[in-house]
Amino acid sequence: MTEPTSEQRTQSLQGLGCKRKRTEDIRFVQGKGNYVDDLKLPGTLYGDFVRSPYGHARIKGIDASKAKALPGVIAVLTAADLKPLNLHYMPTLAGDVAAVLAEDKVLYQNQEVAFVIAEDRYAAADAVELVEVDYEPLPVVVDPFKAMAPDAPVLREDLAGKTDGAHGKRKHHNHIFAWEMGDRGATDQAFTQAEVTIKELISYQRVHPCPLETCQCVASFDKVKGELTVWGTFQAPHVIRTVASLISKIPEHKVHVIAPDIGGGFGNKVGAYPGYICAVVASIVTGRPVKWVEDRTENLTTTSFARDYHMTAEIAANRDGRITALRVNVLADHGAFDACADPSKWPAGFFNIVTGSYDFPVAHVSVDGVYTNKAPGGVAYRCSFRVTEAAYCIERAMDILAQKLEMDPADLRMKNLIRREQFPYHSALGWEYDSGDYHTALQRAMNAVGYRQLRTEQQARLAAFRAGKTRELMGIGVAFFTEIVGAGPSRNCDILGIAMFDSAEIRIHPTGAVIARMGTKSQGQGHETTYAQIIASELGLPADDIIIEEGNTDTAPYGLGTYGSRSTPTAGAATAMAARKIRAKAQMIAAHLLEVSEYDLEWDVDRFRLKGNPESFKTMKEIAWAAYSNVPPGMEQGLEAVSYYDPPNMTFPFGAYISVVDVDVDTGVVKVRRFYALDDCGTRINPMIIEGQIHGGLTEAFAIAMGQEIHYDEDGNVTGPSLMDYFLPTAVETPKWETDWTTTPSPHHPIGAKGVGESPNVGGVPCFANAVNDAFRAFGSTHIAMPHDNWRTWTAADNLGLHAA
Amino acid sequence: MIPAAFEYHRPRSIAEAVAVLADLGEAARPLAGGHSLIPMMKLRLAGPEHLVDLGRIRDLKGIRTEGGDIVIGAMTTQQELIASDLIAAKLPILRETSLLIADPQVRYVGTLGGNVANGDPGNDMPAVMLCLGAVYHVVGPTGEHRVAARDFYLGAYVTALDPGEIVTAIRIPLPPTGHGSAYEKLKRKIGDYATAAAAVVLTLDRGVVATCSIGLTNVADMPLWAEDAALALVGTNLDTAAVKRAVAAAEAITAPASDNRGPAAYRTKMAGVMLIRALARARAQAK
Repeated sequence: MTEPTSEQRTQSLQGLGCKRKRTEDIRFVQGKGNYVDDLKLPGTLYGDFVRSPYGHARIKGIDASKAKALPGVIAVLTAADLKPLNLHYMPTLAGDVAAVLAEDKVLYQNQEVAFVIAEDRYAAADAVELVEVDYEPLPVVVDPFKAMAPDAPVLREDLAGKTDGAHGKRKHHNHIFAWEMGDRGATDQAFTQAEVTIKELISYQRVHPCPLETCQCVASFDKVKGELTVWGTFQAPHVIRTVASLISKIPEHKVHVIAPDIGGGFGNKVGAYPGYICAVVASIVTGRPVKWVEDRTENLTTTSFARDYHMTAEIAANRDGRITALRVNVLADHGAFDACADPSKWPAGFFNIVTGSYDFPVAHVSVDGVYTNKAPGGVAYRCSFRVTEAAYCIERAMDILAQKLEMDPADLRMKNLIRREQFPYHSALGWEYDSGDYHTALQRAMNAVGYRQLRTEQQARLAAFRAGKTRELMGIGVAFFTEIVGAGPSRNCDILGIAMFDSAEIRIHPTGAVIARMGTKSQGQGHETTYAQIIASELGLPADDIIIEEGNTDTAPYGLGTYGSRSTPTAGAATAMAARKIRAKAQMIAAHLLEVSEYDLEWDVDRFRLKGNPESFKTMKEIAWAAYSNVPPGMEQGLEAVSYYDPPNMTFPFGAYISVVDVDVDTGVVKVRRFYALDDCGTRINPMIIEGQIHGGLTEAFAIAMGQEIHYDEDGNVTGPSLMDYFLPTAVETPKWETDWTTTPSPHHPIGAKGVGESPNVGGVPCFANAVNDAFRAFGSTHIAMPHDNWRTWTAADNLGLHAA
Repeated sequence: MIPAAFEYHRPRSIAEAVAVLADLGEAARPLAGGHSLIPMMKLRLAGPEHLVDLGRIRDLKGIRTEGGDIVIGAMTTQQELIASDLIAAKLPILRETSLLIADPQVRYVGTLGGNVANGDPGNDMPAVMLCLGAVYHVVGPTGEHRVAARDFYLGAYVTALDPGEIVTAIRIPLPPTGHGSAYEKLKRKIGDYATAAAAVVLTLDRGVVATCSIGLTNVADMPLWAEDAALALVGTNLDTAAVKRAVAAAEAITAPASDNRGPAAYRTKMAGVMLIRALARARAQAK
């Protein structure tokens, strides 16, 4: 038998760049996943919440006697029960506190008021109806623009007298923080001298990520051992363990947190919720496992909304289209409690990426966060360290500038994109963009769709519309985005003081099979597949011989979890670094086996070979066996390594998206004719998984842009808290996606990868919005607010007089 | 999302069902496909103490012709309507409408009887029944009688059915050969109720409208039979001015709620747009 070529050996590893099928799908497609609600422990009790029907009300009394009398009901917890334990409030990651169970007041509809614990779900649900709460309704604030009016109702009475927030002075009783970045003086001066300026209020509506699996947990306290085990839908299980230990005072080694399979997260499952705390308390009190599972309405209305950012954007430019300054003032609606999960020093996340992909000489951004009578959250979804808000803001603003300058939106972008030779690029708002080739990407996108022909067709359509020959308008959306992911360097990113590194531990068994564990947690991203591919390429062992484990905090090394597209930039890097430590040891073992100096060896796909004599080699499999049987004198046995990776910088994926829509002016129905997405996420680990990620992110972008909204009426009621109203697109509504890529590796990441999970949501939303707006551009409209659902689009047309007979 | 406790009954005959319902009175609700009632129970907006499942009653199934009428058993599913050659040939608007109801999973369980009898203004079939001049067979403790669809709907979830009565069949007079029909439904997504929808059945005589009937869905607290709008078209060749008059007449009888599908004014306008589109398609079909 001839020795396989190095190419054949590379292919057999299924390493980097291979379209390897997702290993986790074998269980998922058979319905054999293991989710939280699949866990059935003997003696489990079930928890269910009594929730507020009001957006703002004083609680005058709670009578649970009828509920407690119902057969099967074990207990009903209220704030009065939690207060002696100091658990009626919990700390948030944003330096605020959030109510676990409402004490004196409820601050948003469906807020948790009491927790019923019963023998089964049915008894719990019946008992919820029997708890009598006496409310006195109070004036409601749902409009963030009214939150800081002098006479606005005081929402957070628990903060009375607290003028210092987690991020400096509070200006008003409903004010949370003020944050700014950039050079205000230079920016103001540039605007004074500008030849052309634009200004627009660009609001990004409140939405919700709506993962198919809602938030849930099972808490089980072992009274004999004094140990607490919590299985839950946790995107960041180690952080949950630390927080659980700090809050409960149970030593951290006696807190076992396990995140099993997770059915989608999108940021919804980063935070800690009242359901987790109540389940833990209930288990400690009863000594039995307690399960808590959200229903869909609870999920949509209580745990972790997204966006609700109201951005006033201004651009200064020269008449030739050269941009000279950017100024953005943001009003951020955080709801009743500031429960964002941004890195501690970043109350508005990385919103200062708002200069986008453009070379602004100066910029200034300021953000004010306010309380309203809405649910807390803000960490979700699919990129919200506020990057998606920033991308929507700048991409809409650039289109509005193009309109004012009577320039083509693509041409304006071409003129102002950061040039390839400017990388690493220092943005006016403080970031160092690692790498990019923006012009190539945009040109490739324009060529792919036949951009100039589309513009010609659009002009013809417009002429036909004006002549009364059609009632459809055509819109072309252009968006160029720069993402910022991979939080992050410990110098500026921490959660509760814990640096935002991530980790990997790799252990090679004697036969060359591998188990590896990471501090991240897949919720559908395919980590079990892709991490194995990194190891396969680094160590020359087949991906199929590598098992990846995440989510069990007893066995996995400490990590900060999966959100913000950080897994590949951080834990993926740690995986490569741990593998390289192993390879260094393997090289010494190989040298020992071959009786040569390790410096005479070179790496070749899956083996070390003698330089100049490729016939003399030791494969990794052979080396693995030797690691347990024949190590060099003085060397310890075993072949394993752990790496905690503190990235030197964020990574900056980017992309160029172009869409084409047809707008039915008479109904407001928008049909997506075409959507082309070019993504550059650096080195591509698994092209098939990347494509899947992009399809998913684009579908969610489509949902947000075209229909999703968590809407509150003026009384504080959520008007569409179920999937009847909340737009979750099916295969029928979802457009066909055309995907493409360029590859510009990150110079500072061990394998050059940048992260991709959220890019399509960052770029997709403005691309759809720009297309719909573009359809009406000829009629003088500058900005139509999202979501672009039928009635809003019809109303926009109506306001422009397009329905006149 | 967990309903309150209830007793479940599964009678084998119409007589048995009516007897059980009469016996239990207001505490009982008949269960057809369940796609309206069960979600309402899960949201605890409905809490019947007894459910009387009609799903095992053979006499409630089937599609047949009877004289000049088509008679459809109340427990016939939307999928069975879609699959029926008889319906496709004689009542294409029924097939078209069925295909616009919810999604395939729902249509395999959801029934025509449940759709028309529940009194939900969002349901699609009632307006089609008004348009077609259907008659409902109703059986109750006092025996059987017939109610015209046009007399059946009294308000949101309020119908001419008395407690203990069930709709057993839907009788539809066959529209003339050569008629044109269409059901135009504007919705936000698969599975949604109509923002507005219009059903049209018309016949032409040498290009002039001989007969016309119009039904409107989900633009009032009950399905609407737009009699004046239809009259405005009879004798015309559906010229722009006539269609405009019909639209104005149709819009005038709407009284939609503002909801997440849009404000009331928008939904009224959409009733008109759906009517225009349904008329155009029906006209193109008519021979």
